Amino acid sequence: MSDDQMVTIEVDGRELEAKAGTMLIEVTDAAGISVPRFCYHRKLSTSANCRMCLVEVEKVPKPLPACATPVNEGMKVHTRSPLALAAQKGTMEFLLINHPLDCPICDQGGECELQDLALGYGSDVSRYTESKRVVADKDIGPLIATDFTRCIHCTRCVRFGAEIAGVRELGATGRGEHMAIGTYVEKSVDSELSGNIIDVCPVGSLTSKPFRFRARAWELVQHDTIAPHDSVGSNLHLHERRGQVMRVHPRDNEAVNECWISDRDRFSYEGLNSDQRLTRPMIKRNGKWQQSEWQQALEAAVNGLKQARGAGGDRLGALVSPSATLEELYLAGSLMRALESDNIDFRLRQGDFRSEEPRFPWLGQEIADLETLEAALLVGANPRKEQPIFGHRLRKAALAGAKISYINPLKLDLTYHSEQLVGTPAGMLDDLAGVAKALGVAGTLTDGAEAGKRHQALADQLKSAGKATVLLGNIAVAHPDYSLIQALASAIARAVQATFGYLPEAANSTGARLAGAMPLDGGADAHSMLQEPRKGYLLLGVEPGLDFWDPALAAGAFERAEFVVALSSFRSPSLEAAADVLLPLAAFAETSGTYINAAGSWQSFKGAVRPAGDARPGWKILRVMGNLLDLEGFEQESSEQVLEQLKQAAAGMKPDNAVAETASSERRSQVDRLMRVGDVPLYAIDPLVRRAQALQQTRDAIKAGVWINGAVAVQLGLAAGDQVTVTQSGHRVALPVAIDPALPDGCVRIPAGLSGTETLGPQFGEVTLEKA
Amino acid sequence: MANEVCFRNMDLDRPWRLEQYRSRGGYEVLTRILQEKMPPTEIIEEVKASGLRGRGGAGFPTGLKWSFISRNAPGQKYVVCNSDEGEPGTFKDRDILRYNPHQLIEGMIIAGYAIGATQGYNYIRGEFWEPYERFEAALEDAREAGFLGTDLFGSGFDFELYCHLGGGAYICGEETALLESIEGKKGQPRYKPPFPAYFGLYGRPTIINNTESLASIPVILEKGGEWFRDLGVENSGGAKLFSISGNINNPGVFEIPMGTPFSELLEMAGGMKEGSRLKAVIPGGSSSPIIPGEQMMELTMDYDAITRAGSMLGSGAVIVLDDSNCMVKVLERMSYFYYEESCGQCTPCREGTGWLYRVVHRIEHGQGRPEDLALLDDVAGKIAGRTICALGDAAALPVQGMLKHFRDEFEYHIEHKRCMVG
Repeated sequence: MSDDQMVTIEVDGRELEAKAGTMLIEVTDAAGISVPRFCYHRKLSTSANCRMCLVEVEKVPKPLPACATPVNEGMKVHTRSPLALAAQKGTMEFLLINHPLDCPICDQGGECELQDLALGYGSDVSRYTESKRVVADKDIGPLIATDFTRCIHCTRCVRFGAEIAGVRELGATGRGEHMAIGTYVEKSVDSELSGNIIDVCPVGSLTSKPFRFRARAWELVQHDTIAPHDSVGSNLHLHERRGQVMRVHPRDNEAVNECWISDRDRFSYEGLNSDQRLTRPMIKRNGKWQQSEWQQALEAAVNGLKQARGAGGDRLGALVSPSATLEELYLAGSLMRALESDNIDFRLRQGDFRSEEPRFPWLGQEIADLETLEAALLVGANPRKEQPIFGHRLRKAALAGAKISYINPLKLDLTYHSEQLVGTPAGMLDDLAGVAKALGVAGTLTDGAEAGKRHQALADQLKSAGKATVLLGNIAVAHPDYSLIQALASAIARAVQATFGYLPEAANSTGARLAGAMPLDGGADAHSMLQEPRKGYLLLGVEPGLDFWDPALAAGAFERAEFVVALSSFRSPSLEAAADVLLPLAAFAETSGTYINAAGSWQSFKGAVRPAGDARPGWKILRVMGNLLDLEGFEQESSEQVLEQLKQAAAGMKPDNAVAETASSERRSQVDRLMRVGDVPLYAIDPLVRRAQALQQTRDAIKAGVWINGAVAVQLGLAAGDQVTVTQSGHRVALPVAIDPALPDGCVRIPAGLSGTETLGPQFGEVTLEKA
Repeated sequence: MANEVCFRNMDLDRPWRLEQYRSRGGYEVLTRILQEKMPPTEIIEEVKASGLRGRGGAGFPTGLKWSFISRNAPGQKYVVCNSDEGEPGTFKDRDILRYNPHQLIEGMIIAGYAIGATQGYNYIRGEFWEPYERFEAALEDAREAGFLGTDLFGSGFDFELYCHLGGGAYICGEETALLESIEGKKGQPRYKPPFPAYFGLYGRPTIINNTESLASIPVILEKGGEWFRDLGVENSGGAKLFSISGNINNPGVFEIPMGTPFSELLEMAGGMKEGSRLKAVIPGGSSSPIIPGEQMMELTMDYDAITRAGSMLGSGAVIVLDDSNCMVKVLERMSYFYYEESCGQCTPCREGTGWLYRVVHRIEHGQGRPEDLALLDDVAGKIAGRTICALGDAAALPVQGMLKHFRDEFEYHIEHKRCMVG
């Protein structure tokens, strides 16, 4: 029998066609025939342990589990015959005897699979009069609340960990009735995808800790939206009650996030309710912040920009967040250009602007294509933490046999087998050049390069793979020789006919270019705008100390500027130091807009809740600023109209990753002293997530510090736990030392985006360490 | 005629030693098979002809099981011996490991040759420390004598055999839980299909047989399948080990031809203890339904006879109960066992075994209610046939058997809050 052979089966008298060998439950699900189940989950392996989906198959004396019974020709199935119903009801009775039936105080009440099915298959009165099982709850971290007395042992959470998250954090210990879900030794569940076990848990055993006891399912209004933290563009359901976002759930989209979301997308909504929200327009007068009315503040903003502009638009600069909506970015660009300035940029964390960049760089492939890769080379990337859903797709490929390799300045903690070349930032170039050399790439960049054994092996892997890709991630973008990395990586991709692409950092990194939020006509890029300070700046959704490649440089530029207006959802010390006028910006979930994800999909969403306080959607603020400046092209009445204009402006633009020749092959990452490696931890990536309390208590939410390897520590006379004075760009901060043996010599890992690093210099740059 | 197969060397001094085993022609069959390069299909046909049925309890024809393996499939295949003898009342495989380990080793090598497997595992019950050490010693001797290793007797056939000591879980006697356990995972049965012949140890084709089944192989091939079959009766070929225990004078393991009357086995075991009357017999391990004494005295010890009486020959663990036994207490003990040993994986067994035990426990302690017997019937019925493995059935059957034959004792207990036995 071939795998694709179709068979006809009969279920409850209906004839159904299906591929031979498909599990019965998939066939009934597709046909809309509902078979009750608990342990079955379409994305997890079959365990057949709950016995709820038992159905009658003719000529088989015992009821069979639909989830583990492959269909074959002529099979006759009854899902609601007396035999099937007796089996289903029998299972339900067993499931309920030890279940506490505490629905009135259970967070899952109202959206519980057990509760729902008990209505149909349970009995009013229990025949079980013995005492019930009680299981101690466990503290598995700040995100997930446990109530294991309610557990029905379906093991979905265990299988999720083993199969999807790739970390066996939960397991079932004990036998029989004593079987209990837990972490075995006291530890927390730390996967970046851990929140999904809340969704897969069919009962109230695993629930959201931040949401716990906050609302009932039936009080919530559901809105569709798009996740704002990475370039996956995961589809979300927002659950709102009386104008407040109460929680976030995944929305199924097979092409994007399947049915999963990262913890960052799930729990970041907490930041919306932060007490640091900017809720009123503010004007700085004599160094003191004063609340103001919108009209006053807008006038102050417009006048300030006008004055700073003086006779030339070039005296202005706009630095905008790549997490802003397309509409906001487009209007910000329009505003700048109407003021005759091409100085606008969203590439706040880019470390090198020497190369000519394409207008619409992207993943280079569909998201789902990542799963079927045979080989991949990822450079300066950590998708597991930077874009967790991409990390999951790559893991699937790796489990299917794909050879995944990394060239990074840090050793990654991955959930699958991979080849990792870990080197200093300059060493990364050597590794790339080595691989390129092994593939016969000629040119100045590979001159003098040495192709070692590992380079050759990596090259061979890419070459022999039928479907391969070379991808650049966040660390590559922040690398001081980003243009050289681009040139080398794209040359490697060309040499092996692999897809070349990017794992863009933020929700709109791809869209921002299309929206014109970067210089299009010789304007200054993000770095030049700071290095050659402007008289006036427009900031959109950024915090100077945490969102720039070189916060010290940014702070200096803003300090010297005559006028800075910032549209922001949050207050922060570095922003308040930099700005003269603060305009409260509607945050995620509060504004309509559009993101373009890494695969080039335009995904629009509506605002779900009213903005906090007096905050306004960014597109409205920018539009009114355009009006007050008497500029043309600011007559839009909805974000849809803005989008329409942008679509016309961007018509015909196709995703394109062509890399131009590099102007210079000078290596800026070659330094004599210690080199800082400033990655941005996943919960430090943007202002919203930095204020999500529960996420900030997780293990991934690291505090600012200095990581060095043992050899460097010995050289400097440092030990773990010491305080050390870090000097970079003339600024000094004291940070604690930790030892990471996997770090290369000559490197100091000082992550960026963390409180305590706001005054430091470039993410990648020379630093000195002295024992404090 | 007794002691002709697995126990045929029991009369020797220290029969577990290699030289003793060889003195009776041990390893000669294996040597011949390897030297003559006997076609594996012939071996399988011989085993089929012997009528040997799985001695672990399920009674599946061994030869047929071997023929399910696709011999020419590429890659590793395995032979696994199930020595996780845990069924209460069974202690026969222990004696094979202790007294005749080489016959088991020889049987496993032949099995490996027959299906094209080069590796074998013997999974020994965790509590069997002494048998484990003796088996390990036998393995060492066999290795030294050249019966294990590569290119055995110049045949080009390699075979290596390893011992794996269990951790003391009854469920690991279930063949797929046993495979999980060897793989280092929690001992939980797998859902079948796929069966081990297709997806076994480490996902490779595997045959898994009981100790007694594999230890019978050398004798079958030495004397012929027909000879073996003719020892027994129709549908129950050969001789079998019976572990007999309970209120008898001489409990122990006896090898007798299939079809021997129970009365003869009872006599071999020294008969009932003085002054006690046979009340009932659990004929095939604790999971087989109980049979009243009078009925049992009319039965022969073979698959068909015991099945006709509504029970199972199982592993051949015969538990004899005299009239001093309270059946409620007997069932309480058995139900407690299955409650404790359920792996917890699937719902009916995890939840149902505890429920059964608690209700029986209540009845035994004078807190039974009139509706409890119907409840026990119903709960047992909801476990049986709805679980991943046979443990659910094993827990339900004794309850159903007890209530069928000794319902009056349970009713008396409920009504009078005490035992009718005294």
